[in-house]
Amino acid sequence: MPTVLSCESLEKRYGGTVALGGVDLRVERGELLGLLGPNGAGKSTLTKIACGLVRATGGRAEVEGAPAGSASARAAIGYLAELFRFPDWLTADELIALHQDLAGSDGGVGERGELLELVGLAEARKVKVAAMSKGMQQRLGIAQALVGSPRLLMLDEPTSALDPVGRRVVRDLLRELRRRDVAVVLSSHLLSEVELVCDRVAILVGGQIVAGGTPAELARPRGVEVETGNGVRSFPQATREDVPRIVAELVAGGEQVYGVTVLASTLEDAYLEAVGAA
Amino acid sequence: MRGALVVARYALREAVRRRVILVVLVLTAGFLALYALGAKLTFDEVNGLAADDQLDDRVLAGSTLFGLAMFTMLFLGAVLAVFLTLGAVRGDAERGLLQPMVVRPVGRTSLLLGRYAGAALVCTLYVTAVYVGAMLITGITGDWWPDDPVGPGAGLVLGVLVIAALSLLGSVFLSATANGIAVFMIFGAGLAAGLLGQIGDALAVQTLQDVAEVSSWVLPFEALYQGGLHSLTQDAGGVTGVIVQLGPFGGAQDAGPGLWLWALVYLGLVGAAARAGFARRDL
Repeated sequence: MPTVLSCESLEKRYGGTVALGGVDLRVERGELLGLLGPNGAGKSTLTKIACGLVRATGGRAEVEGAPAGSASARAAIGYLAELFRFPDWLTADELIALHQDLAGSDGGVGERGELLELVGLAEARKVKVAAMSKGMQQRLGIAQALVGSPRLLMLDEPTSALDPVGRRVVRDLLRELRRRDVAVVLSSHLLSEVELVCDRVAILVGGQIVAGGTPAELARPRGVEVETGNGVRSFPQATREDVPRIVAELVAGGEQVYGVTVLASTLEDAYLEAVGAA
Repeated sequence: MRGALVVARYALREAVRRRVILVVLVLTAGFLALYALGAKLTFDEVNGLAADDQLDDRVLAGSTLFGLAMFTMLFLGAVLAVFLTLGAVRGDAERGLLQPMVVRPVGRTSLLLGRYAGAALVCTLYVTAVYVGAMLITGITGDWWPDDPVGPGAGLVLGVLVIAALSLLGSVFLSATANGIAVFMIFGAGLAAGLLGQIGDALAVQTLQDVAEVSSWVLPFEALYQGGLHSLTQDAGGVTGVIVQLGPFGGAQDAGPGLWLWALVYLGLVGAAARAGFARRDL
């Protein structure tokens, strides 16, 4: 898979404060990467460096092989900031049209209609931003980020203002983007959302990646619980591979076995562990 | 260049949608109506005065009235220029408006150029319209026309464009409120320096003349305005010419081609500084 975003020893300092302390990261085409971390961990800084909004003080960041911030890198990127605002005097359709002009997209009315449809705002194309709820504006922001068919989508907390239905719309949209081979970097505090849609997760603490991998890789085994006639029996050190042996031994010992649960830590457990250890 | 045009069109549309243009048009119409009334009453009074061999009352009244109008144009043009640009970079970035646009491939220079072009077009149209309107009113009501009808208007336009450029430069480094305050203080300082220069000329005080000279290089908008006032009555001689020059709306110094050239270079330097500052700015 071709690499869409590549960061090597990426550093950013604000005076004496280290926002990023040597981050190595790669995102492949069609991959959905969840960027996790507490406030101030450097997620937004990393996102902004990739988008050319912030200059790195060290290391290298490239988008499709071009230095982050260059015109060709920016042409490949769609971006939705955590704290964004759109001109409130524009309608949804006009805002998308403005970004089509800025991006040099010749998608015209067709692209505008498709994007607004994708985020569930087809009926709101003539509605001014000023009249939209925060959730509608966030969905409009995602549509705006998709103008010009970007190959890399950088989303900073894109679902923070959305209701459950809105989140479902965004989840489905992200899956559709993956199907279209768009790479997505999703920065979020909503671990359950990330766990549901992301192929891979990177946990950033204090400007450094302290853990990374697929959600399954990050989730560690936490033993096996067996429901028997005499209650639930726990085997904290056991793994999935131990289940047949444990069940056989219990049955041989005269126990009635009604169910087996293989326990694994959630992404939240892994996250808290990584953040706590850092 | 295409990106700059897109941004300029966006800035103009914003000015229309936010009713900036409407408010400016209505208030300008009000100003011109008041000016017409004032000019009519003044010239009625002047026409009733006995003829004076030494002093041409009509020239004195016309140039003073029009000089007052030019000061108003410079001030209101500066207000317009500042309010259209004061939050263009840092202000919009703090509100989260700028980042989605900067990420687009148009580039920061085009964004800056587009914002400036939009503001410059609105300011140019405004100053030109008010200048022509006031000149027509003065000419029709009092049969007085500037000795140079084009130069002072062009100087005013260039002066306001310099103020817009300074405001745009300030917007790269300062928050909107701080930038607005800073530019208006610079504007006031420029005017004060010009007045000191006039006093220096009248009283032949070299230090005051030097202050005005330096300020005209540092802040050329004031010198352009003073040069414009001078051109209004450049052909007036004798007592009338002296009294007009000494008055509050009589420019003591001719602008000269050097000042025009410097003002254009100054615009370029301010633009280059804004571009360099914006290129290094983290958003």
